[in-house]
Amino acid sequence: MSTRLAKGGRLIDRTAAMDFHFNGKVMRGFAGDTLAAALLANDQMLMGRSFKYHRPRGVVGSGPEEPNALVNLGRGARLEPNQRATTTELFDGLEATSQNHWPSLEFDVGVVNNYAARFMPAGFYYKTFIHPRPFWKHVFEPVIRRAAGLGKAPTEGDADRYEQAYAFCDVLVVGGGVAGLLAAKAAADAGQRVILLEQTATLGGRTPVDEADIDGTPVDTWIAAIESDLRARDNVTIRTRTCGFGVYDHGYVLADERVADHTPGDGRPKHRLWRIRTAKIVTATGAIERPLSFAGNDIPGVMLASAVRDYVVNHAVSPGDRTVIATNNDSAYQTALALKAAGLEVPAILDARDTATGALPEAARAAGIRVLTGRGIAKVKGGKRVTGVAVCTQAGEGAVLEEITCEAVAMSGGWSPVVHLFSHCGGKVKWDDNLSAFIPDASRPPVNHDGSPMVSVVGAAAGCLSLANILAGLRDVSGKTAIRLPDVCQTPDGSVSIPPVWVMPQGAPIQLRSKMWLDYQNDVKVSDVQLASREGYQSVEHTKRYTTLGMATDQGKLSNINGLAVLADSLNEPIPQVGTTTFRPPYTPVTIGALAGESRGEIFQPLRRTPMHEWHEKSGAYFEPVGLWHRPYCFPRAGETHEQAVHREVLNTREKLGLLDASTLGKIIVKGPDAGRFLDMLYTGVMSTLPIGKCRYGLMCNEQGFLSDDGVVARLDEETFLCHTTSGGADRIHAWMEDWLQCEWWDWKVYTANVTEQYAQIAVVGPNARKLLETLGGMDVSKETLPFMQSADGTLGGFPARVYRISFSGELSYEIAVPASQGAAFWEACHKAGASLGAMPYGTEALHVMRAEKGFIMIGDETDGTVIPQDLNLDWAISKKKADYLGKRGQARTFLASPDRWKLVGFDTLDGSAIPDGAYIVADGTNGNGQRNVQGRVTSTYHSPTLKRGIAMGLLKHGPQRMGEVVEFNTIQGETVKARVRDTVFFDKDGEKQNV
Amino acid sequence: MSDPVSALGGASYAGFATIREIGPLGMITLRAKGVKSLDKAIKAAVGTKVPAVRRIEIAGDKACGWMSPDEYLLILPYGGVADALAAIAAALKAEHHLAVDVSDARAVFRVEGAKASDVLRKLMPVDFDRLEPGELRRTRAAQVPAAFWQADGGFTLVSFRSVAGYVMGLLQHSAQPGSEL
Amino acid sequence: MLILTCPYCGIKADETELSPGYEAHLKRFGPDASPEEFEAYMFARKNPKGVHFERWRHAYGCGKWFLAARCTATLEVFGTYPAQVGEPPADIIDKIKARRPDWKGYK
Repeated sequence: MSTRLAKGGRLIDRTAAMDFHFNGKVMRGFAGDTLAAALLANDQMLMGRSFKYHRPRGVVGSGPEEPNALVNLGRGARLEPNQRATTTELFDGLEATSQNHWPSLEFDVGVVNNYAARFMPAGFYYKTFIHPRPFWKHVFEPVIRRAAGLGKAPTEGDADRYEQAYAFCDVLVVGGGVAGLLAAKAAADAGQRVILLEQTATLGGRTPVDEADIDGTPVDTWIAAIESDLRARDNVTIRTRTCGFGVYDHGYVLADERVADHTPGDGRPKHRLWRIRTAKIVTATGAIERPLSFAGNDIPGVMLASAVRDYVVNHAVSPGDRTVIATNNDSAYQTALALKAAGLEVPAILDARDTATGALPEAARAAGIRVLTGRGIAKVKGGKRVTGVAVCTQAGEGAVLEEITCEAVAMSGGWSPVVHLFSHCGGKVKWDDNLSAFIPDASRPPVNHDGSPMVSVVGAAAGCLSLANILAGLRDVSGKTAIRLPDVCQTPDGSVSIPPVWVMPQGAPIQLRSKMWLDYQNDVKVSDVQLASREGYQSVEHTKRYTTLGMATDQGKLSNINGLAVLADSLNEPIPQVGTTTFRPPYTPVTIGALAGESRGEIFQPLRRTPMHEWHEKSGAYFEPVGLWHRPYCFPRAGETHEQAVHREVLNTREKLGLLDASTLGKIIVKGPDAGRFLDMLYTGVMSTLPIGKCRYGLMCNEQGFLSDDGVVARLDEETFLCHTTSGGADRIHAWMEDWLQCEWWDWKVYTANVTEQYAQIAVVGPNARKLLETLGGMDVSKETLPFMQSADGTLGGFPARVYRISFSGELSYEIAVPASQGAAFWEACHKAGASLGAMPYGTEALHVMRAEKGFIMIGDETDGTVIPQDLNLDWAISKKKADYLGKRGQARTFLASPDRWKLVGFDTLDGSAIPDGAYIVADGTNGNGQRNVQGRVTSTYHSPTLKRGIAMGLLKHGPQRMGEVVEFNTIQGETVKARVRDTVFFDKDGEKQNV
Repeated sequence: MSDPVSALGGASYAGFATIREIGPLGMITLRAKGVKSLDKAIKAAVGTKVPAVRRIEIAGDKACGWMSPDEYLLILPYGGVADALAAIAAALKAEHHLAVDVSDARAVFRVEGAKASDVLRKLMPVDFDRLEPGELRRTRAAQVPAAFWQADGGFTLVSFRSVAGYVMGLLQHSAQPGSEL
Repeated sequence: MLILTCPYCGIKADETELSPGYEAHLKRFGPDASPEEFEAYMFARKNPKGVHFERWRHAYGCGKWFLAARCTATLEVFGTYPAQVGEPPADIIDKIKARRPDWKGYK
């Protein structure tokens, strides 16, 4: 059994015991434990079930590479699935459950898949469930989804909060091991602004576990000294529990700080996402030990040699009384020595190499450990727990030489430098034959904005696997304290050599290969990759997708190189020829909460409010989004449906008085000696001739000729125009104006200013509109003084106001702009003064209905980016005289000038119903896809409360020539609605209501 | 005429830094470039010299900030806008310019406290350690445009009026106790 | 995520403070343009792997449009300059030639 040792544990505090729950069972650990360490200390080796075959799985690693020990952490609103027990810091009251099993971890029904494993090879799902097609969606997928999957998605909203922050530096060091610390010191000594990130809670990396001293100083003392030196400096920031997970263009790095994962509910943000911009990145991300591929290498108790060492040294946890070591390199001997030093047994070291003569093997022999060279594991014995190993010769086919009883196996298949961050932004890796690993290619680094190398790599991440190598490379020859920062990458000194051992034993038959796990989390075995190769997969990228190798949440940190090597061997090609998969961010999974940061709830996105927004809210308005604005759609009264409210608002406005908050309309001042000339280019009509005080409706097109925006332009004085835009269009049109002024006509004397938000604008609409303004008093708004399409400045009811007599409803109508800071007060004043005149607020839907009744177009309804003004019969708003305007050439293109264009007409349904939104007008026959041919579509359709029937506008081929014809609109139900073609003005054709 | 109301009516929040919506504040957008009386116009309106690139000149309760090569933001007490506009018009006369009242189009916040910059560091892609004295920085606060400068031991931040509630929400979220950087 | 220095206000702007605006140095063709000219102006945009000239607006800053010369393959930026020019300034051209001897020129 695995257990806590009586002594030792450099990271744990035995005086701070912590109780936690695993699958409902109370267990005890210490401060400084990871969840994995604490589980092992409680003899909980079995931590989960595998994804596909539901095989029992125990912890393999001790860091972010862990594929097996994934748990559901917390519960309710703090439930997080797929949390790695190896990186989860223990806290008092922690609750975790294992994943992917039913009904229990110990007894899992899904394990039948395991016994059927030989019938479920790579590509099994693809091959089996492809026919019959409809079965996939309705039968196979739901069943497979229930059986597969890892953690449970939380059902409650996240109780925690997250935030993001920006940081800037000259040198960003990722990784707080010895190499990272030295690099940070080098940069700091050079006066650079340095940030050092370390993903765990403590600095030092592997060295405190693997080495006794640095230059004669105990490692922990050495690290404490350099840490306090760095922390004392103004130009250095150290952030622990912070994983630099992605490197992007121009020195942009994202890092995830786990601020309060280990102190849940303490009020601090759970995670903080750092957006760091740095001139230079130094990655000191270390190396990850690789498993060996032998049969049964996934049985709980088989662990990486480095992990076993970590648990013994850091947490005083024994994986079992007897641990067999299997290795192809010297580093695993450290594990044997560490176990021995802790008083545990190492029955044998099985070294796949023919000889083992280094200092560490000699030390092991000196410690009395049995070292067997040229040997490997034929098979691990055991089910939910290792019970022993069968030994064979590495060169053979797995004939068992002897069996050794043990509770754990510590394996080392060599080391893979963590080159991820070097590669994220285009850095290339190269194969190092001596290390049997990919290392950064210093001649092909990712480049910065100035073309200089952006990422340097130091330490084990560069393939420097010995401390001596790291120290020598980061130091000046002249003295111990002088350190130099490498320009690009540190270079391995050749002192560590790792021979390729990809399958153990080398000639293993299929019975063994089909039990050799490459990717633990996705259940991919050596035999699966070999099958893929036999089936013709030659590219590593394709093989990866076919077998799912390396596609689990650990992204193949343990499995990629082993899988690649097996593939290369099957293809009989060298590994560099087969290539490696692309490393993409994030290095480790990042919770969506951190990526979202503050963008959640009320501040998920900016909500734009008019000055009257609060009044609308209090009045029970039902809002609709218009761009980022929220505008009242209608103001339903108690017991009213939205439709009833809209109808009431329309009728009241037509019969008495309606008030609309039109503040969102864009308002742009255009001023200068060339303002008229500029607007003549911008609008299809002529604006330069507009008399002062007058208003004119204008259309703006893009250079392709398509209608882009519309609105009323008022001339305020000789040089100044005020251009109204659509609500959603103000910023876009302002940018459009500035674009032309800055980049094309930069010698024209014109300035613009977007004053949209300076004003609250209220439309006073209906037969009583004038009476309301007269009640407010202060301006002559009579028909004679302020006729249609004219504006005037003055005061109304004591409010400074600019009044435009314009109408989007066909009623007598004024739009009144007052300073935004007085908008709410003016709105209330209008309601107060209008109370006896039948004033009611109306929303955007009533506005839409009324404009449709009058046949006015709406940008976004009648237009969709493919419609020119001529399609909408707006030729009257297009100047024939002007030599040029934006879009003129575009509109002259043959297909836009074609008489066959769909053109705007009105429709009366024969049965009085409203045509469904988005309906097409069907034509005879079908197209090449068997779909019904179409000849037009509806663009606006409403039930008109004024006319008490459905009204619609739409685009119809040859529309204006087909008045009186009956056409058919399709519906989703498959039926059609018949409608008669007519003109677009449904109400008050002569404008009698407006021109009073 | 009623009393002008700022976007949030002077909302405030006390976290590890203090957030206050201030205002209404008088603001004028002045667009002009290469006109000879620009210095006179700015002097007459707010009493400062023409600010250098990305700088703000402050004189008591008035200021002039550089917004772009042809745009200045004039800041002054709310009631003084009409007079300032008249002074600008008088100084620039026939010279090509645009001066317009934008006081009501904006919301203004103060962020104060020893760690005030930590609040803004969470929202803006700005290197606060390299800000220069008297710098006016236009940038974004999360998803909306914003401008700020340092004065009187804190930051003054300007946003558009319609998103004042959003900006207040951002500042409040970022200033929560215990979340100092 | 790019950083481009705004030539007007000198800020090393984060890409999120900018808005992109496609190819630079386009010549506008108006009503008298032939179909070929109009097509070239409107649609036939360059999309090279290598040296490219682009329009960017310092949208969250001074609001000005500027032009950038950049390598689309390595993202190296050769320089930024104000938009009020008909073709790239000589110092930018020189810099590109120094960094990319094989470059054929901006036309």
